[in-house]
Amino acid sequence: MSVVPSASPTASPFHYTKDDFVSGQDVRWCPGCGDYAILSVMQKTLADTTKTARENHVFISGIGCSSRFPYYMNTYGFHTIHGRAPAIATGLKCARPDLTVWVVTGDGDGLSIGGNHLIHCLRRNVDLNILLVNNKIYGLTKGQYSPTSEKGKVTKSTPYGSIDYPINPLCIAIAAEATFIARTVDSDPRHMGQTLAKAAAHKGVSFVEIYQNCIIFNKDTFQDVTGREHREDRALYLEHGKPLIFGKEKNKGIRSDGFKTEIVDLSEDEEHKDLLIHNENDPSPNYAYLLTQMEYPEMPVPFGVFRSIEKPTYDEMMEEQVKAVIEKKGLGRLEEILYTEDIWKVGELVPSGGGGKK
Amino acid sequence: MSTTLIEKELESVTIRFAGDSGDGMQLTGDQFTDTSALMGNDIATLPDFPAEIRAPQGTLPGVSSFQIQFSHTEIFTPGDAPDVLVVMNPAALRVNLRDLVKGGLVVVNSDSFHEDNLKKAGWKSNPLEDNTLRDYAVLKVPFSSLTKNALEGSKLKLSEVDRCKNFFALGLTFWMYGRSLDHTIRWIGEKFAKKPEFVEANVMALKAGYNYGDITETLPSRYIIKKAEILPGTYRKISGNEATALGIIAVTHLTGKDVLYGTYPITPASDILHELSKRKNFRVKTFQAEDEIAACGAALGASFGGQIGITATSGPGVCLKSEMINLAVMAELPLVILDIQRGGPSTGLPTKTEQADLLQAMFGRNGDSPVAIVAASTPSDSFHFVIEAVRIAVEYMTPVFFLSDGYIANSSEPWRLPKIADLKPIHISHPKTSEGPFLPFVRDEQTLARPWAIPGTPGLEHRIGGIEKADKTGGVSYDPDNHHRMTELRREKIRRIADSLPPVEVLGEKNGKILVLGWGGTYGAIHAAVTQLQKEGKKVSACHLNYLNPFQKNLGEVLKSFETILIPEINMGNLLFLIRAEFSAVGGSASGGEGVHAVGYNRVTGQPFKIKEIRQKIESLL
Repeated sequence: MSVVPSASPTASPFHYTKDDFVSGQDVRWCPGCGDYAILSVMQKTLADTTKTARENHVFISGIGCSSRFPYYMNTYGFHTIHGRAPAIATGLKCARPDLTVWVVTGDGDGLSIGGNHLIHCLRRNVDLNILLVNNKIYGLTKGQYSPTSEKGKVTKSTPYGSIDYPINPLCIAIAAEATFIARTVDSDPRHMGQTLAKAAAHKGVSFVEIYQNCIIFNKDTFQDVTGREHREDRALYLEHGKPLIFGKEKNKGIRSDGFKTEIVDLSEDEEHKDLLIHNENDPSPNYAYLLTQMEYPEMPVPFGVFRSIEKPTYDEMMEEQVKAVIEKKGLGRLEEILYTEDIWKVGELVPSGGGGKK
Repeated sequence: MSTTLIEKELESVTIRFAGDSGDGMQLTGDQFTDTSALMGNDIATLPDFPAEIRAPQGTLPGVSSFQIQFSHTEIFTPGDAPDVLVVMNPAALRVNLRDLVKGGLVVVNSDSFHEDNLKKAGWKSNPLEDNTLRDYAVLKVPFSSLTKNALEGSKLKLSEVDRCKNFFALGLTFWMYGRSLDHTIRWIGEKFAKKPEFVEANVMALKAGYNYGDITETLPSRYIIKKAEILPGTYRKISGNEATALGIIAVTHLTGKDVLYGTYPITPASDILHELSKRKNFRVKTFQAEDEIAACGAALGASFGGQIGITATSGPGVCLKSEMINLAVMAELPLVILDIQRGGPSTGLPTKTEQADLLQAMFGRNGDSPVAIVAASTPSDSFHFVIEAVRIAVEYMTPVFFLSDGYIANSSEPWRLPKIADLKPIHISHPKTSEGPFLPFVRDEQTLARPWAIPGTPGLEHRIGGIEKADKTGGVSYDPDNHHRMTELRREKIRRIADSLPPVEVLGEKNGKILVLGWGGTYGAIHAAVTQLQKEGKKVSACHLNYLNPFQKNLGEVLKSFETILIPEINMGNLLFLIRAEFSAVGGSASGGEGVHAVGYNRVTGQPFKIKEIRQKIESLL
């Protein structure tokens, strides 16, 4: 695949190597797990592109296979509890806006037990980078269906097939009006690296869904879309300012009537005049929403940056509000808030009744 | 006119204002309290309001009341029973009459005693006309029509005029006890600054009520309660929630750090958030989270970042936060959890007081998970103990519960203000460098606290989490002996907090037959009951705990010096359980054993103890 990002983040001013981000703790994922690729790309991407010193990076995770991530990064890290990483990260970022805070979560952690926190952290636009590692299965608990598993999924907990309709992670993110939304896949390190670098460069909340292959409990679940042999026909790589075109022969495009998308055969419409032009900066969420609705097999599955817009961040506004009040009222002094105008004095002449108040 | 007016001196008076939720009784009570405090009386208050936002008008569930005792002598409770009951409608009379002392005065808004209201309140006949009030002095005042007359020509709508009647009632009580109108007039001016017509109307109603007292001949005397004889100093009126908020602000001053206050609105804790959110210039960041869990998580995140993380809630919220608190136990990070207790279980009695979360704070988590627990015992000492909670949290790298309750939170008393210079700074240090690899779980020899290294420090990058840690290195460890050792270390660390605590004090003789042991909001009633009995020559002592885990070091010795330990609690025996567990229920000095003989006195009515209830219980044991 040869995708050149429209706005490639520039090189890091630090002279880090990938090893600077390797903690040295034994990595304990199953052999062949997609998480290895994600970890490796993350370490490499930070070494190459980060604008933040290593000691100012913090990785926060919940519970699940992917949530072991912080242990393997030679940064500050906090492996917390199931589903709550966005809440802890929000508090950390509000207290310490100087830090670059990453949240690593999975489809169960982020969308099932922690769905509430994820939504609220996205809608507040806290300046966090959230990686949702989606393998459509519960791996750590050994193979139950997850909220992103397809309906009818046969697992240990659903021997007759799951009857849950799956949740669409990017659709949740767009509904919460997240300011940066992207999708990438563990089997394409180059695309993943570019996507992570863009997520890190975005000011505001960044939400990246990473298709990840659970080799033990849900092997090849994305193979139909991301497999080498047919991904050019089934995946759509988004490039800002370019028309939505895919296919081995670059002969298929996407157009829309504003409500739904459809595939156009370009060999019949060579002028491409009504194709959708990808605009990741569209302030309205409608277009990005249309993209989230493109699912295999009816449509090609989009990868890349769906949306990237600027909006004041929660942590920044919290900081500014404090500053504004200090500017208006002056830095508070304890004396002035204890000794208000409603005080009264009791003189020495009054005999003590026996010790006064406790 | 008032030529025959007699002024009588009284030691103390307890007055209760009661009316419909929409009648402004809390506001009326607050104003009476503020003025009494500013006039130098000792005060104690008991607001009591329904959980419903506004139950149907005139009904029993809609009754809201506010009781205040104001006094020339030192007092410790809002009074067992009101001497004076001011009621705005028949429902308020029905709910509150049983509490009024026999011979007490009931002031009624006679306008509201019409058939419709009487029916709603379940009165079969008009209590103002039958024998219901024969044991009481009754003053019937047509508050509504007198207010309407006084405001004739006002620009207000008729319904708005009627809403001023609480100020008429307040004015009348101000006259009865020789109170100044100045504070309330100033308050009305500020409160309605943008609506001058409301200022005018409410001040007119207040003055009309006052003048009514002056001219009516049905009130032959007014009562004088002289300034209280209390310790010299500078005082202000304070409620428990206000003192807690001020304590949190003081923490920024004493630690030099910002506070992140993460919370989710819940009765009766929300007022702390309201107070703090106004004080952003004091370096307190408030975060109203999406739920209780996130509120606690945000506080813990701030704490990981090296700031002071505080979360607040009531019992139901503690249930939700418990997993996060346990993470703080495991990660050994400071965290302060304020639990403003209310009646439980479940949603329970949201606006009523109880102290039944002690065992929840102590044990409500999975695994062996010790935390420190402190409790306020009066509105004003909330200030001190929330600071203590932070001190312990950062000195010992542990979560600390601060327990208050609905009664402490909402009631008010005069607070002798501390001198700023007397408040002890809380020293916090973060490691800056490390010789060799940084080891996040190497402990301070004395406190067993681990180092609080914070993100942004080059060279100290490390990972922590909820999985068991290897001793010293902090790496993930499933080693059996390591788990045992770490469990012991976590327990020992909490025990060592006792090294930093002052000894418990005993009120009265240091040994004898009965020691009344209390904790939290029962302080006032226990102190008053025991003091009264001691004055009568009875052999009884008292001791009140603010540190619930660990206990202060001399507690065992104190308890063992008494034959019986009586533990009154507004729960079914939380402290009793802990005392029996810690000091062995077997034996007791009465039977020659080494242990402690403890008995409970347990009442859960949603109300604080009355002095007389405690007295009677003690007397039954003497």
